[in-house]
Amino acid sequence: MNFDFSDDQKSLQDETHRFLRDRCDLSVARIVLDDQKQAYSESVWQEMVELGWAGIAIPEQYGGIGLGYLELCVMAEEMGRFLAPVPFSSTLYLFCEALLNGASETLKQEILPPVATGKLVGTMAFAEGFGFPGRDRIGVRFEGGKLYGDKWPVADAMIADAAVVLAVNEDNKPCLCFLDLDQEPVHRRQLESVDPSRGQGGLEFFGAEAESLTAFEGGSDNSGWQLFQRVLNSAAVLFAFEQIGGADACLAAATEFARERYAFGRPVGSFQAIKHKLADVYVGNQLARSNAYYGAWALATGAEELPLAASVARVSAIQAYEYAASENVQVHGGMGFTWEADCHLYLRRSRSLALLIGSSGLWKKQVTRELERKFV
Amino acid sequence: MDFDDTPEEAEFRLEVRSWLAEQASAYSLKSFDDLSFEQQLSLGREFQARKAERGYAKITWTQELGGMGGTPMQAVIYEQEEEKYNFPTVFFAISLGMPIPVMRRFATEAQQQRYLKPALRGEEVWCQLFSEPSAGSDLGGIRLKAVRDGDDWVLNGQKIWTSYAHISDFGIIVTRTDPTVAKHKGMTFFFVDMKSPGIEVRQIKQAAGGGEFCEVFFSDVRVPDGNRLGEINAGWSVAIATLMEERFAVTDAAGGGAQLEDTMHFLRRELGEGDGGLDDPCVREKIADWYIAESGINNFYARLLTGLSQGQLPGPEAALSKIVIARKLQAQSADIMDFCGPAGAIYPDFQVSRANDYRIAWLEAAGYRIAGGTDEILKNTIAERVLGLPGDIRVDKDIPFEELK
Ligand SMILES: Cc1cc2nc3c(=O)[nH]c(=O)nc-3n(C[C@H](O)[C@H](O)[C@H](O)COP(=O)(O)OP(=O)(O)OC[C@H]3O[C@@H](n4cnc5c(N)ncnc54)[C@H](O)[C@@H]3O)c2cc1C
Repeated sequence: MNFDFSDDQKSLQDETHRFLRDRCDLSVARIVLDDQKQAYSESVWQEMVELGWAGIAIPEQYGGIGLGYLELCVMAEEMGRFLAPVPFSSTLYLFCEALLNGASETLKQEILPPVATGKLVGTMAFAEGFGFPGRDRIGVRFEGGKLYGDKWPVADAMIADAAVVLAVNEDNKPCLCFLDLDQEPVHRRQLESVDPSRGQGGLEFFGAEAESLTAFEGGSDNSGWQLFQRVLNSAAVLFAFEQIGGADACLAAATEFARERYAFGRPVGSFQAIKHKLADVYVGNQLARSNAYYGAWALATGAEELPLAASVARVSAIQAYEYAASENVQVHGGMGFTWEADCHLYLRRSRSLALLIGSSGLWKKQVTRELERKFV
Repeated sequence: MDFDDTPEEAEFRLEVRSWLAEQASAYSLKSFDDLSFEQQLSLGREFQARKAERGYAKITWTQELGGMGGTPMQAVIYEQEEEKYNFPTVFFAISLGMPIPVMRRFATEAQQQRYLKPALRGEEVWCQLFSEPSAGSDLGGIRLKAVRDGDDWVLNGQKIWTSYAHISDFGIIVTRTDPTVAKHKGMTFFFVDMKSPGIEVRQIKQAAGGGEFCEVFFSDVRVPDGNRLGEINAGWSVAIATLMEERFAVTDAAGGGAQLEDTMHFLRRELGEGDGGLDDPCVREKIADWYIAESGINNFYARLLTGLSQGQLPGPEAALSKIVIARKLQAQSADIMDFCGPAGAIYPDFQVSRANDYRIAWLEAAGYRIAGGTDEILKNTIAERVLGLPGDIRVDKDIPFEELK
């Protein structure tokens, strides 16, 4: 039994932690939050790029560092802990995942090296307004090599150079398409969200040149949809690590505050209503962490349990983070409800991460579907 | 990252597996319902004797003591494998879980010679006489009096909720020996022969119908001073050592309730698919909830075991598993009853084996949340010992026991 990260992975995590603590504490997320025009922290992203982080999980043959999923997981945890306002997740968990799993060799050769050197920020566009796209509910069309339709919200839509877009092709089959966003038939618009420290926007396509990703599973009829599911499953695990990082930060902040804040002549952390609440948060965080490790294991080993492990990791992480973030506000009392205190930054992030790649109900459906496949 | 055994662990697992498979036909029954309590117990003793012969009754103990000189990880492997069957081991769980390790730690050499092996073989059963009518969570509040008389102590008072006292040969007990000092400073720890004159054991019928716990009355029971474990008035530290002994058990994440796979088959069989059945979104959401909790516990164990296999013993964070498992068992059992509609309350029928009976589990879960530390006490443990929050205010700490309410 070795259900833990290796020493090397742990030291990568420490290194990530130290960098973020020194260069990207919450004041950085706050700058982006306060300034509507900033969609991310360009300077911190540049520093990360210089450290090679943009290409951390890109294989060496495409100019990356070639580390694996487990390394990405430990870094994701730290990104979540510090609410890093950078396009790390859009580029690495979504865009690169789609390309690595579905793009032709030529496209990978062309696109991945500039990602690794930070010249290209990517994202994935799948949502189309209210609801979550089902296989039969995709409005954006890919016809004659061109994309038509509207996608929103899209993470980092304002700053991405390229995107992978979920569309239906001429045969009415779902497909993922790659496109360069710097072309005239692509219109971008900024959207306001509950979590302004991670920018979102809309992308509208008026016949934008694109290329379908067809290398997944030999281009079968279903392959576009399967590729999309595969990317979501990877992203679910990686986001789960961001979420447990955030949830841990909330627990630490609430615990520290509860030890120091006095009421009725004693620390508020000596009242059982608070102690038990924080014990509950701890339990939720530990379950989420344990399930996230399960997801990491499935992702790293290519296990066939990935859809089950990813869905379990995602739901657990959503629950833990949202609970930790809301109770962190509660423990802080009036101070917790100020703009000045950091509590609302986590609260906002916990909500936006709970929505971005599909909410818990959707993923619970996947848990049960996978259990049925396994048991019944 | 992997779930794999080391080669040595794998070898041990195989050995255990093949041994258990040999025992299964004679001792692992689908249901014990057809046997009387005495028959179950004697079957249990037979199995326990075979287990002890192999050193499996206390894997981490040396061979001289009756173990096999194994590692804590091997002990866990054995439990994981044994749990896949339904062996009648329940009678010995407390006996070997706390009293016997405490005897190993605090009894004299000669006493260990006399008592350890018969307990490992299941010939003698031990109980834990801690709780009293006025002291449960607050163990320091016990009143059962022990007064010195020559070479003996004379015990008077009452214990309660003592699991399996009615089949026990011996028990470990905390007593009040000096009521003039603060509560934690006047207690002394002994072991007693349950056949001593003056001990009366009465079974208490439990809410779920069973009678596994008892009240035990002590009237002028003489206990030799040689049965004392630890110093006079230092019983609190022995009691704490006992509670710490609560070995790290990788209990089944289903908490002894229905296995998810069986439950899904049951739901499909009884309720079909479609609305109200396995396709009902309400049903499906609950199934996901149960699995997420179960998977959380199993993966939490996997993390603890990783530490254990590298020689790190689990700390107070291990307390979280019982909180989660017991609540989940209670919720899941109630959910299944909900799905069954009014028939969910009907009991008993024979569509599910007793081990999978959600109606029994639903009631038992209520006790599980109390036994061995209530949910609230365990949350205090996590808050104080893991998160470092302040302890509760104790108004009785420095007051002589006899002046307390
Ligand atoms: C099935 C079963 C088997 C048992 N077997 C044994 C056995 O073999 N030997 C033995 O000695 N005992 C045994 N017990 C007793 C068990 O250890 C006690 O019931 C338990 O510790 C609770 O004590 P109590 O019943 O006195 O409840 P109390 O301590 O009176 O608790 C009542 C309520 O108050 C809460 N409470 C108490 N103190 C605090 C606090 N500080 N903070 C917040 N809430 C608090 C509790 O959580 C509970 O909800 C068994 C109990 C059960 C249910």
